[in-house]
Amino acid sequence: MFLQHVADGILSGAIISLGAIGLSLTMRILRFANFAHSELLTWGAYSALVFVGFFMAMDETLGGSIGPLSFGWSLVVAAVLAGGLTAAVALLLDGLVFSRLRGHAGHMTLVFASFGVALLVRNVILLGFGPDPFYYSNELQIAVRVGTVRVMPDQVFVLGLTAVLVVVLHFFMTRSRTGVHMRAVAENPSLARASGVDVDAIVRWTWIIGASGAAVAGVLYGLTVQLRPELGFSLILPLFAAAILGGTGSLYGAVIGGLVVGLAENLSVMVIPSSYKPAVPFLLILAILYFRPQGLFGEPR
Amino acid sequence: MIGIVSYLVFFFVIALILGVAVLGLNLQWGFTGLFNAGVAGFMAVGGYATAILIGPSREAVAGGFELPFVVGLAGGMVAAGAAAAVVGVATLRLREEYLAVATFGIAISIQLVALNWEYLTGGTLGLIGLPNPAARFAEGPLARNVLYLGIVVAAAGLAYAGLGRIVQSPWGRTLKAIREDETVAASLGKNPVRIRLEAFILGSAIMGLAGGLYVGFIGYVSPFDFKPILTFQIWTMLIVGGSANNRGALLGAVLVWAIWTTSGFIISKVVPPDMMAQSGALQAVLIGLVLVAMLLFRPRGLIGEEEHVSRHVRP
Repeated sequence: MFLQHVADGILSGAIISLGAIGLSLTMRILRFANFAHSELLTWGAYSALVFVGFFMAMDETLGGSIGPLSFGWSLVVAAVLAGGLTAAVALLLDGLVFSRLRGHAGHMTLVFASFGVALLVRNVILLGFGPDPFYYSNELQIAVRVGTVRVMPDQVFVLGLTAVLVVVLHFFMTRSRTGVHMRAVAENPSLARASGVDVDAIVRWTWIIGASGAAVAGVLYGLTVQLRPELGFSLILPLFAAAILGGTGSLYGAVIGGLVVGLAENLSVMVIPSSYKPAVPFLLILAILYFRPQGLFGEPR
Repeated sequence: MIGIVSYLVFFFVIALILGVAVLGLNLQWGFTGLFNAGVAGFMAVGGYATAILIGPSREAVAGGFELPFVVGLAGGMVAAGAAAAVVGVATLRLREEYLAVATFGIAISIQLVALNWEYLTGGTLGLIGLPNPAARFAEGPLARNVLYLGIVVAAAGLAYAGLGRIVQSPWGRTLKAIREDETVAASLGKNPVRIRLEAFILGSAIMGLAGGLYVGFIGYVSPFDFKPILTFQIWTMLIVGGSANNRGALLGAVLVWAIWTTSGFIISKVVPPDMMAQSGALQAVLIGLVLVAMLLFRPRGLIGEEEHVSRHVRP
């Protein structure tokens, strides 16, 4: 049983990691805790659902699946399109709300506004799709046994994709010009601006990377669990726990934070009733803030 | 005619109870700049503590002390203040947003406890059959509600007058000093962390009072009375009325509650009953739009903060 919880923990942790990377970057570069970030996961998951439905309506044969996986290429393409659409929505929200408040209003007003935006996005999705859950595919999957642990082929795919995306992001942040500029702005915005970094462009890139990562995480969550309008709402605490645990702004911190949160949530059911599982990220946040507020990988201030 | 009167009494009881919670939030956000994302959670703690203290004793559930209502309210305030201390001590010395994250987290956790710890909270059924403090002195539902309105007006008046005095006191001026510039306040020998913690605990205790008043009125408490949307309603009331102004806080409570109930009434007439979830979403979208629009276009609210200048420096 223990190993099964570990396997499930790593899997849900991988999805949390992917969402937390974007949250951690926004907290560091845009300098506010964006409570609307997790709604981008919901938005991404539901837009992929719409794209999949659209492909199926165009051509029935697109419904096939790849090997042992429950989904076909249509979902892969839909996820990419959903990432683009979610990035566009994030930029739109920034233009309509956040950029107008940045600078002149106190930065807690931004946090306040992000709560309002989250409420709006969540309820617009609820209005459009209703409260009932959706699934990308109705295909049944046969679990693969690895020793005593059962895993779904989809879960293996989720882990692999997360690993690839983290490596790609690592090279982007360390090798590309934009990535280096992002880290410069994270470190010291005024010095970065004085050194000729286009801070506005970096802000846009942060939204694009954060939102498309969130969309992919949302699709993966929808794939392995289900799509509900409260998908993002229920992930707010796990995402913040991962970002704070890892130390805001740290790519690998967010990844490891996500894995720790996923493992803690899944292992907790061995000790406490599973109905209390959603409180585990909160306890992790309290513990880390008491004992190591800069996070596992952050530098003390 | 009697229908309208009894509806208005009912309306103002609820609006003023929420107004008390808005006063508590105003001390935190308006005067001190503390972001509390778990208003509903602190109200729930106050509500449940009051219910346990005043409720009739019964099997299989803790509490049932049958204590007087005032004792129940006081107990609710203490419990909500204690919950605030748990998150306040952990976060108030750190970055401001950590308080937002932690209060959001404690509200979720309180909701889980309310739903699942049946021995303490009665689970999804909640605690029912609470005695109405007005019932002993009034016959019939209308007289009872009018009397309860008197209790709520007294509580709101006390909170209003007390908070008015507190924010005018040296301690209250220190709050604003910390909100405006923490470094300057610290350099003058004030301890920002401690004063913020005091303001946070006091504000949350007032939210607990509102929770207690609410369960005393409706006669039961259940987890579904303190959903996250309640937190949004309280905030919107404060932002609409004008933060850092206690008159604005009460005005916002009445106005936003009027908008909320009217929109709910209209939506229930227009939307078919099998689309209940969607009609709730429509109301939530409305509240979200009001909140974001106020932040963008009129951050002061309807009546914002009045400028206070020491009479010694007046020209």
